[in-house]
Amino acid sequence: MSAVIDVRDLRTHIVTRWGTIKAVDGVSFALGEAETLGLVGESGSGKSMTCLSIVRLVPRPAARIVGGAVLLDGNDLLKKTDDEMQRIRGRTVAMILQDPMSSLNPVFSIGMQMREPLTMYHGLRGRAVLARAAELLASVSIPSPAARLRAFPHQLSGGMRQRVVGAMAIAGPPRLLIADEPTTSLDLTIQAQYLGLLKELQQRHRFAMIFVTHNLGIVARTCDRVAVMYAGRIVEIGPVRRIFAQPAHPYTRALLESIPRFGARRERLAAIAGQPPDLATLAAGCAFAPRCPAAFERCVEAPPETEVVPGHATRCWLHVLP
Amino acid sequence: MLRFVLFRLLQSLVALAILSVVVFVLARATGDPLHMILPMNASEEDYANARKYLGLDRPYVEQYFSFVGRAVTGDFGTSIRARRPVIELLRERLPNSLKLAAFAMGASLAIAFPLGVMAAVKKGTGVDRAAQIVAVLGQSLPTFWVAIVLVEFVAGRWQWLPAGGADSLASYVLPGLTLGWFVVAGMMRLLRSGMLEVLDSEYVKLARLKGVAERKVVWVHALKNALIPVVTFAGIYFAILVTTAIVVETVFAWPGLGRLAYDGITSRDFPVIQAVVLTTATIVAAVNLGVDCLYAVIDPRIRYSR
Amino acid sequence: MSVVAVPERAARPEPRARGRRVPVVSIGIIAVFVLIALLAPLLSPGDPYEQSLRLRFRPPVWEERGSWAHPLGTDRLGRDMLTRIIWGSRVSLAVGALAVLLAGAVGATIGLVAGYYGGRVDAALMRVTDATLSFPVILLALILAVTVGPSFTNVVIAIAVILWARYARVIRGQVLTLMTLDFIAQARIAGAGAWRIITRHLLPNTLNTLVVLVTLQVGYVIIVEASLSFLGAGIPPPTPAWGSMIAEGRDVVTSAWWVSFLPGLAILLVVLAFNLLGDWLRDTLDPKLRQL
Repeated sequence: MSAVIDVRDLRTHIVTRWGTIKAVDGVSFALGEAETLGLVGESGSGKSMTCLSIVRLVPRPAARIVGGAVLLDGNDLLKKTDDEMQRIRGRTVAMILQDPMSSLNPVFSIGMQMREPLTMYHGLRGRAVLARAAELLASVSIPSPAARLRAFPHQLSGGMRQRVVGAMAIAGPPRLLIADEPTTSLDLTIQAQYLGLLKELQQRHRFAMIFVTHNLGIVARTCDRVAVMYAGRIVEIGPVRRIFAQPAHPYTRALLESIPRFGARRERLAAIAGQPPDLATLAAGCAFAPRCPAAFERCVEAPPETEVVPGHATRCWLHVLP
Repeated sequence: MLRFVLFRLLQSLVALAILSVVVFVLARATGDPLHMILPMNASEEDYANARKYLGLDRPYVEQYFSFVGRAVTGDFGTSIRARRPVIELLRERLPNSLKLAAFAMGASLAIAFPLGVMAAVKKGTGVDRAAQIVAVLGQSLPTFWVAIVLVEFVAGRWQWLPAGGADSLASYVLPGLTLGWFVVAGMMRLLRSGMLEVLDSEYVKLARLKGVAERKVVWVHALKNALIPVVTFAGIYFAILVTTAIVVETVFAWPGLGRLAYDGITSRDFPVIQAVVLTTATIVAAVNLGVDCLYAVIDPRIRYSR
Repeated sequence: MSVVAVPERAARPEPRARGRRVPVVSIGIIAVFVLIALLAPLLSPGDPYEQSLRLRFRPPVWEERGSWAHPLGTDRLGRDMLTRIIWGSRVSLAVGALAVLLAGAVGATIGLVAGYYGGRVDAALMRVTDATLSFPVILLALILAVTVGPSFTNVVIAIAVILWARYARVIRGQVLTLMTLDFIAQARIAGAGAWRIITRHLLPNTLNTLVVLVTLQVGYVIIVEASLSFLGAGIPPPTPAWGSMIAEGRDVVTSAWWVSFLPGLAILLVVLAFNLLGDWLRDTLDPKLRQL
């Protein structure tokens, strides 16, 4: 199965008062049809910036994509013109944002906001647009879709709004859907429903999905593979089952250990010692070393990506044979 | 929506009622007009007669109600100084003032809108800097000073544009610009800051992610949200326009309400003063009501929350 | 399912505070004008009232017929412009400061009370506020000037009487937002009465807004005062006031340009300084006030 999306050595830098931040520092991964990749990490690890880089909407002028390639069905997105990218966005690569309260424009009706992508991507007009919009709303399980078209965002609940955003995202339908923490702002009971909805849509339309989250539980349930990011780099990537069972990187291990389990004898929550790194003052070498319980002399050098077993790779000297 | 409009209408009427009382009291407070119109050697009897003739000898409360009663039908009495029905004077002058205010407002918005939006979109560049300078100057320059300079140079020395009267379209330009200058400044700033905030929002981000062309993102998605404070202030600015008009009308010899008010006040012409103030306030209240309704049209959240 | 433990983000060395740097120039200009206003009798080279028909319309020192005796020229009655401008600053700044402080005090009080009590009190007060907001300042001042006679006090009162409404509106809006916050409810539970809540809890949180508003309004008031003086309804002559000075020079704008131009320039400088200072204060203290 050829990759729908193939990111190779993507690099995005942000120029700030304190120095240049390597927000995305050589990120590579590939995804096939109907495959879901979970992108996990703390705030500031580069997850969101990676996603924005894929669609080339990094906040200018401070941030710039400085290197790498992003191949969508073989075409390098980084080489496209602005106009071409604009036509690709939404239609071929769609993205859902975190907060449904603020993602929808408060002064336009749901109908108007749904019509826009339909007119842009498919040239539909008039009654056809409304019909299709109602169909899309129905496909995300919104009751009385036709009536909803006339409503305004503030009249809908958070869960419904996020579904509307989802409906707009699959209007293409896209080849790749990027979901940036789409359930973080939703009630727990609704989260499960929404995740189910996303999987269902994925099966139907066969798009690849990148699911950004800091919640390993969601990763376990919805993702096929997972990439763990730290300080702008992917420190471990592989199938979910395998990584959960046998994490290779100390950071991944610490993340998994910090999840409290029922029946565990430990009384205190295990936290990861130390602070997240200041990206402006990164020393050369492994970024996690200052907090790593297993750090040793080689860690002053940046570790290369090494295969633990085929399909499972990590950046850690512990797995590099001397 | 209808409830909303009716409610606001009621509020405006109450405000106007309060104002009418204030106006009534103030007009009376300007002093005795009889001193101005009767000759120096008039006797006590002459004063008494005149007072009776003009209805000034009745108790105040009675005067107030008769004033309100007639005002509602458009009868503002007779100008003590000009000996003509005030309503006639109003009919002559009011359109001129309205036209000038409308011109000033229109021209200002036409300049402020593109300037404000571009300043936000091209933040930090030359356009932005220039716009900010225009804004700050606009709010710091004294109107009448600019007016005098313009009259002297543009109209007097260089003869590019006429200095007074309300005859041609060209004669609107100078007074209109002088009046509207600070509106440009204020509106432009509002738009700029509003746009900056909106351009940063999640829904604008999503619109871009959907693939909407940048132009549409700015002028449709973003602008409609940024309009909300602008519309609110449009009402206030219009009110300020109507009031600053006094000064501008004086300098440019514009036959409008402002001049009428000034003459009325200096000659203690009660009926004129009352009429002018009430008219001005009614206009302002009507504009504000219109603005509020417009506000509800633009922002659906207002419609349903009241 | 739980969430990964996320430790506190490390503090990086603080960059310079967001927003522009302190507007030194504006503060400087204001300081200069305040100083010359206060020290006018000591600083002015001449007497603002002294007339000399022989010295009428002398141009400023940099023009041909100018001299250092009258560095900024003389006016219609031979009075020294520099002196009159210095003395004029007293009027402008005094009116500005007093009107704004008075309006601010009254307006803030009404805003606080309306916001705190809500309901009928709020509705009633807001009707009055709205009615006031729609009343033209200059008109009122004109009327006062004509009835009671033009004077310093009347100008201040006339302006303040209309201006307070602006403060009341804004402060009330703020108070309404504050009232929804928990610390007010807590104060109530602890038994605090209205007075205490208003003065100890609400007022300090609105001070920022007040300061910004006050600063931004001073410029406006100075222009209004000048407009009034220009129309002849402000501070009566012969007291030097920038507005009336401009009016006096109106007829000779092309020949003796300095008589009108220089006082106007003074107004521009002072108002500009206050506006810039107010902007900076607003950006630093309360960015939500952007719209004002």
